[in-house]
Amino acid sequence: MSELHHMGLAALAAGLRARRFSSVELAEAFLGRIERSQGALNAFITITREQALADARAADRALARGEAGALTGVPLAHKDLFCTRGVRTSCGSRMLDNFVSPYDATVVAKLRSAGAVMLGKTNMDEFAMGSSNETSWYGPVRNPWDPRLVPGGSSGGSAAAVAARLVPGATATDTGGSIRQPAALCGITGLKPTYGRVSRYGMVAFASSLDQGGTLTASAADAALMLREMAGFDPNDSTSVEREVPDYVALIEQPLAGLKVGLLREFFDKGLDPENERRIREALKVFEALGAQLIEVSLPNLPLSVPVYYVVAPAECSSNLARYDGVRFGHRCEQPRDLKDLYCRSRGEGFGAEVKRRIMTGTYVLSAGYYDAYYLKAQRVRQLINADFTRAFQQADVLIGPTTPTAAFAIGAKTSDPITMYLNDIYTIGANLAGLPAASIPCGFVGELPVGLQIVGPHFSEERVLAAAHGFQRLTDWHTRIPAGYA
Amino acid sequence: MSLTLTREQIESIAALARLELTGAEVPVYQESLSRILDFVGALERADTASVTPMAHPLPGLSQRLRPDEITEQDHHAEYQQNAPQTAAGLYLVPKVIE
Repeated sequence: MSELHHMGLAALAAGLRARRFSSVELAEAFLGRIERSQGALNAFITITREQALADARAADRALARGEAGALTGVPLAHKDLFCTRGVRTSCGSRMLDNFVSPYDATVVAKLRSAGAVMLGKTNMDEFAMGSSNETSWYGPVRNPWDPRLVPGGSSGGSAAAVAARLVPGATATDTGGSIRQPAALCGITGLKPTYGRVSRYGMVAFASSLDQGGTLTASAADAALMLREMAGFDPNDSTSVEREVPDYVALIEQPLAGLKVGLLREFFDKGLDPENERRIREALKVFEALGAQLIEVSLPNLPLSVPVYYVVAPAECSSNLARYDGVRFGHRCEQPRDLKDLYCRSRGEGFGAEVKRRIMTGTYVLSAGYYDAYYLKAQRVRQLINADFTRAFQQADVLIGPTTPTAAFAIGAKTSDPITMYLNDIYTIGANLAGLPAASIPCGFVGELPVGLQIVGPHFSEERVLAAAHGFQRLTDWHTRIPAGYA
Repeated sequence: MSLTLTREQIESIAALARLELTGAEVPVYQESLSRILDFVGALERADTASVTPMAHPLPGLSQRLRPDEITEQDHHAEYQQNAPQTAAGLYLVPKVIE
């Protein structure tokens, strides 16, 4: 039997059903890995050892009765912005350091009812605002490939945990690249589904027209299994879409012969590191070997996606984060002089520098006299970008390109200049603006560091994106590589 | 065309956003917000004369309505466990009216 942490979600679920190991054994093995790595990686904010072992014992009893669900007994971790009943949900912020959620997010409830066992809550950029995991109130997460480097963000804790095989899978969220960018920088598979595919109920809101929950796993096959259990209509989320969930697991073996793969001219720009570009070009040959047909497509308005995002996302953030007022939950300052002082100091103390920057940017672009010039203008350009994607998907079945301009960068390298940090998401933001499903998969290394390949599909084509990723992973083994020290 | 926000503008934005800033934070945000606004100023160049603003990421969809039926139970005691200060089931704040 191979080592437990080398096995993916699907293999672990099968092994549990065959009683080759127990859920308690799995929980102990992965909890041990989490606890031993915590000092080096800081991937977790809360480790729920006792609850995990109790849930694992219950899973073992269900397995013994032959009542196994798709994920019964399989350990997972949740990004710490998914509400978990009775467990702190901090969102990486001092503001919610004391917040114990009274309910479960729909994603958490669905994975639990599929039998998954939560081992803990992963570290993240504060309120998911960041691309490096350096804005967390709980300190930065380190990249398991090189602890001097960032794991990416905002789902950096989930990505580092899966890369170091501390868990076989973790939930994550993506507003401008927060699943795909850390997946690329950590050498794993990340999937952001179509907007509305996965419920946002109980997912702490950052930018509601862009936020979408998804998966971080080693392989596309594992992402398919996890997504199948997470996705679906939820009456508690007014933007959730009433549409049947396909069996992503059954559909993943679709042949790729004749698949029209669009190369986005705008993705191969001067910002793309030449070594990264080489890995992407090599990956394209694999798609050709699978029978795919490469064509070049252009999205002329895509270079404006970062400016659009840094109007729309802060605007939505400033509205969403108005709820943190020190009154009903969250941080409250000491000895408030009056109500206004209570609001201002609770928020001033509770939020970190990047969150305040985005709240203020959003407040400015929504304020009287600036709304038309910034917010409405950005929503119009967003429409143009969306139309570009619609045209591109008339020619191509999927779009492929890099996930990030470079491999992982040093902790501290980009913290002094927000614009440099924001430009990390230049290739990922487009899919959020248009609500499209997109994945990042590992496609090689630059030196010792993994490189991510991005696959974007039309709305509700997760099965096609996953099949393309899986086809690539059948011919390559980049997704099986584990950082030294964690093998 | 570089735009620079004044100290007073930053203080006014922070007041609107109900954020207390320290004296040291003001110049930091003056610099970074000015740069961000400059950066997003690139949007001006796009021709959007006949374009409707995008209001929903999925084309043709808008917010769904549900029947006006009671589906929630009363959780207020449970929810107030997260509150900084309560009394008699109410959330307490500093006195508003003397």
